[in-house]
Amino acid sequence: MMSIEASPSLSSVFSRIARRELSVALRNEGQWLNPLLFFVIVVTLFPLGIGPGPNTLSIIAPGVLWVSALLSVMLSLDTLFRTDYLDGSLEQFVLAEVPLSLIVLAKIMVHWLMSGLPLLLMSPILGVSLNLPVSAFGALILSLLLGTLTLSLLGAIGAALTVSLNHAGVLLSLLVLPLSVPVLIFGASAVSAAASGQAVLGQLALMAAFLALTLSLAPYVCAASLRIGVAGSN
Amino acid sequence: MFKWIHRFGSPPFVYRLSGRIAPVLGVLCLILMLTGLYLGLVVAPADYEQGDSYRIIFVHVPAAWMSMFVYVVMAVSSAIFLIWKMKLADIVAQASAPIGASFTFIALMSGSLWGKPMWGTWWVWDARLTSELLLLFLYLGYIALRNAIEHPQLAARTAAILAVVGVVNIPIIHFSVDWWNTLHQPATITKFDKPSMHPSMLKPLLIMVVAFQLLYFYNLLVRVRSGILQREKRAAWVAKELEN
Repeated sequence: MMSIEASPSLSSVFSRIARRELSVALRNEGQWLNPLLFFVIVVTLFPLGIGPGPNTLSIIAPGVLWVSALLSVMLSLDTLFRTDYLDGSLEQFVLAEVPLSLIVLAKIMVHWLMSGLPLLLMSPILGVSLNLPVSAFGALILSLLLGTLTLSLLGAIGAALTVSLNHAGVLLSLLVLPLSVPVLIFGASAVSAAASGQAVLGQLALMAAFLALTLSLAPYVCAASLRIGVAGSN
Repeated sequence: MFKWIHRFGSPPFVYRLSGRIAPVLGVLCLILMLTGLYLGLVVAPADYEQGDSYRIIFVHVPAAWMSMFVYVVMAVSSAIFLIWKMKLADIVAQASAPIGASFTFIALMSGSLWGKPMWGTWWVWDARLTSELLLLFLYLGYIALRNAIEHPQLAARTAAILAVVGVVNIPIIHFSVDWWNTLHQPATITKFDKPSMHPSMLKPLLIMVVAFQLLYFYNLLVRVRSGILQREKRAAWVAKELEN
């Protein structure tokens, strides 16, 4: 384990945890590659299911991209805390003298770097394939930036609640998807509005507000649930 | 001064008290519900626009109100359980979840039945129906999470956190769905927002609202009693109680 000096500053704790998470994640390509592939494949399924008409596609593109991103983030959440729970690191995090919520936040941020950011970078390419007007790309990327961060934070709550279960997969989505409806509504509507040349600042501002709310509350909720999960298993 | 409150933490006391109150609530509920249904379905005149189909509000509106009320009860008792570790609060939350889900389901069903003659389809993505559907998902998520975790203590505390997270989110979800709805389909008929309701229609509605409230508390007490028995099954007082 890492050596922690007498009173580590919060920012150094954050960066150490983040670096540990990042190196663990980078050694396991599946962790960032699989959600990304899932995103691409799900988006591909829609034209196959609905038909290749460019006009239809450009109408459904914002919703398709957003729903696929949502599902892809859900898929990647399952292992967020479970591997640490199974190998005992989580217990050490709970016992550590630094705030658990800070450690949790570092883990969530790395999770977003590994799952949200690739989606963000991939989305314009998929937008092109769905005939999304170029004018909507800015809104697409901005709304996904705000939205996937919020989804990672919200999803972390679900992952923390189900940490003691062997297989949370579907249950996790069941818990988190209803909570993520606001993000989906405003995210998809920002992209649609931009595609039809309307102002998107309102939607993006609301999404930023959701992000601020979840960013300030979710780490504490996650920490509380993880404490319960770790204590309950003994 | 707090002695009075502390008695409610004692399972035998609550078990006996609720055993005495529940039948009273049940009978009152039955009387009010029969009166409300009689006044609503027989006495009240037909609406001049909607005909007889408006009468579904006597079930729909109370059920929809209760669906939200029960979630708040669930969240508040979950918070009490998390903060003060009061076991009874958890039993209340656990007992409320299926009742609340049923009220939500009744509201959805009756809304959809009402939609058929009014809108011509069984389902319209109306803001209130959609919020109600999402509320049903939240209830089902709570129940599913509770069932998935085997360890009862762990399940109780985990589910309590979910209930509190849910109650923070419900207003946000409701607001988003409202906004989404006005954006996508303007000028849907506003259902029950009549500026004024004739007293002959309002009176049965209010009676039904009280009756549904009593129905909830009656069911809650019955379920809380069996919840207490289940958890205290090894306690001496339970054996004694069940002997009689």
